[in-house]
Amino acid sequence: MRHVLAVTVHNYPGVLNRVAGLFSRRGYNIESLNVGTTDNPQFSRMTIVVDGEPEVIEQVCKQLHKLVDVIKVSDITHEPAVNRDLVLFKVTAEPAVRGEIMQICEVFRLRIVDFGRRSLIIEATGEKNKLDAIEDALRPFGILEMVRTGQVSMVRGRK
Amino acid sequence: MELTGAQILIRCLQEEGVDTIFGYPGGRVLNIYDEIFKSNIGHILTRHEQGAVHAADAYARVTGRPGVCITTSGPGATNAVTGIATAHMDSVPLIVFTGQVGLTSLGRDSFQEADITGITLPITKHSYLVKDTKDLARIIKEAFYIATTGRPGPVVIDVPSDITVNKARFDYPKTVNLRGYRVLKKVNLLQINQAANVINESYRPVLYVGGGAIISGITDEILALAEKVKIPVTTTLMGLGAFPETHRLSLGMLGMHGTHYANYAICECDCLIAVGARFDDRVTGKIETFAPKARVVHIDIDAAEIGKNVRVDVPIVGDARTVLIELLARVNADTGERAEWLDRVEQWKQEYPLHYTQDGENVKPQHVIEQIYEVTRGEAIITTEVGQNQMWAAQYYKFSQPRTMVTSGGLGTMGFGLPAAIGAQIGQPDKIVFGISGDGSFQMNSQEMATAVAYNLPVKVAILNNGYLGMVRQWQQLFYGGRYSQTDLLGVSPDFVKLAEAYGAVGIRVERPEEVRPALEKALSIPGPVLLDFVVDREENVFPMVPPGGSLDDMLGGCMD
Ligand SMILES: Cc1ncc(C[n+]2csc(CCOP(=O)(O)OP(=O)(O)O)c2C)c(N)n1
Ligand SMILES: [Mg+2]
Repeated sequence: MRHVLAVTVHNYPGVLNRVAGLFSRRGYNIESLNVGTTDNPQFSRMTIVVDGEPEVIEQVCKQLHKLVDVIKVSDITHEPAVNRDLVLFKVTAEPAVRGEIMQICEVFRLRIVDFGRRSLIIEATGEKNKLDAIEDALRPFGILEMVRTGQVSMVRGRK
Repeated sequence: MELTGAQILIRCLQEEGVDTIFGYPGGRVLNIYDEIFKSNIGHILTRHEQGAVHAADAYARVTGRPGVCITTSGPGATNAVTGIATAHMDSVPLIVFTGQVGLTSLGRDSFQEADITGITLPITKHSYLVKDTKDLARIIKEAFYIATTGRPGPVVIDVPSDITVNKARFDYPKTVNLRGYRVLKKVNLLQINQAANVINESYRPVLYVGGGAIISGITDEILALAEKVKIPVTTTLMGLGAFPETHRLSLGMLGMHGTHYANYAICECDCLIAVGARFDDRVTGKIETFAPKARVVHIDIDAAEIGKNVRVDVPIVGDARTVLIELLARVNADTGERAEWLDRVEQWKQEYPLHYTQDGENVKPQHVIEQIYEVTRGEAIITTEVGQNQMWAAQYYKFSQPRTMVTSGGLGTMGFGLPAAIGAQIGQPDKIVFGISGDGSFQMNSQEMATAVAYNLPVKVAILNNGYLGMVRQWQQLFYGGRYSQTDLLGVSPDFVKLAEAYGAVGIRVERPEEVRPALEKALSIPGPVLLDFVVDREENVFPMVPPGGSLDDMLGGCMD
């Protein structure tokens, strides 16, 4: 099963190495790992999406905890949370099909952020399922390039 | 007053009460070596950085205090890698200073640059690359704290050369402030109560004791628990010495080369209490059939060890000392409920003792170990190499005190034994230190004979010379149709007696069983290092043996048939 881990780490060089190294060394299936600064410049927040049986996830969390630079590990899979991913699609857009693409954008509330002669760059944010659906919808037009940030998550409420 | 980084480093070591450093100099650590020269800290110059790390490691294992070593950058640092991995696998507190190129040269493939913090990332408990001399004292303080608390382990401190020159105010911090590193103090009494219930309800309990018991110094508590509840005790390779093997309740070592009775007891027990042990594959054999009838209590300071390999009924995370003291107060003294079990165990012991057959004129390696046990009255510190020699040492030396078995259990590092003997002797100058060695392993760090001679250390090293990479040969014999691929060393090893003499040590060759005892006595009477070359039965095997992937009750050999 897919688990979402929220991990607070010290903002030191090498921390990402330690975390990524742990996953590859122990053979954990990482789906995405996102890291960025937080309101406190001393800390970074990682959102790690990892696939595995409950025992494996428990090991992942315990092993993460052992890293000296890891301050907090929470498995927020079952918490009410806002999960977001950002994707940029570069899509072939010959004049004949532009209208259709723009309709899709409207339906999914996507933003067109670059307008080329033969292609468009479309920005999408949302949950994984929605983004997968968008990808499917755009594929027939020809996706030239796609980049995804990987999921970031935040638990709702005061916690 | 401002001090240079090199001066700060030495001052920190003094603050930590370090009396001995093991190391090897080079360009990037010249400033540190200059301060070592001016200081009163002892320095042991080994002949290879791997030797320095193993020696520091053994020093830590026999004293319980952290070992400290230092290498130069690049090749010096990479030579330390095997030593660091060895210490990491066996949870040994170690501080490893490595020299590094100057800050501005970092990352440019400079002369003798190696990314040692990167290389050692998976084999250290933590590591630091010092970027500012101002941070040095704090980092060293933290490093000692991390290395020695919780589950101990090695910490690497990579020190760029200009850090050693630059100046900063010296203030040794009194405390550490590590938000991501907490040492567990409290234990969960609910779980201890549960464990006590499981133990009280058991009729066929077994204590399974690992290296963690030695680290937390709880041999007395284990003895008390075993005697109060009447629990037979088996130890892992790393746990040897945690329970006296001369004791009625001792089952000796379990696992691949464990005793029949320890392994049978595991298969039949209804309650297994694991203390500071990690259910390694060499211990459990086929995991599905390990302790199939038992409710399992697992006590470990490292939460990640619990449930890692086996299902656990009562997990207890915490320092084994605290846990055992609480547990002892809650378990009931045996009133005969376990008499049947003890009888059964005793019967196994009678029926399937460790044994070998003295046939012919050859020296049996097991006999050598038994004799070493006798001449040292079981009071020596034993270091081992890896292979058959290691297993025979584990089986035939009856360990009865903690910190007397120094062996590379987790990594299985050939070349560990000789430098370990040196480090052990320096840590425990008044004890007899005996290295049990193999003809193959010895040659992986034989240069350290020079170190033993240079410091006139009275270490005795017994090579069980079978002319083979014996343990590998044993597997080839048993599982590869007897095809001895690249394991025959006969005639291609040096004359070990002459080698010892070339280093300025004493060498003694022993070729007949009746010469074993006198040779050992002679060796002990010599005040300096002695290398004993025991020419042993070439194809002797280590038995019993659980074939890889087999169940513990499915042992090869060693039955008296
Ligand atoms: C550094 C290293 N290389 C290879 C091995 C694999 N290995 C395990 S035991 C062994 C044979 C050791 O031979 P020797 O030291 O003569 O001991 P014996 O088994 O003959 O007692 C080997 C090669 C190892 N454990 N360590
Ligand atoms: Mg050999």
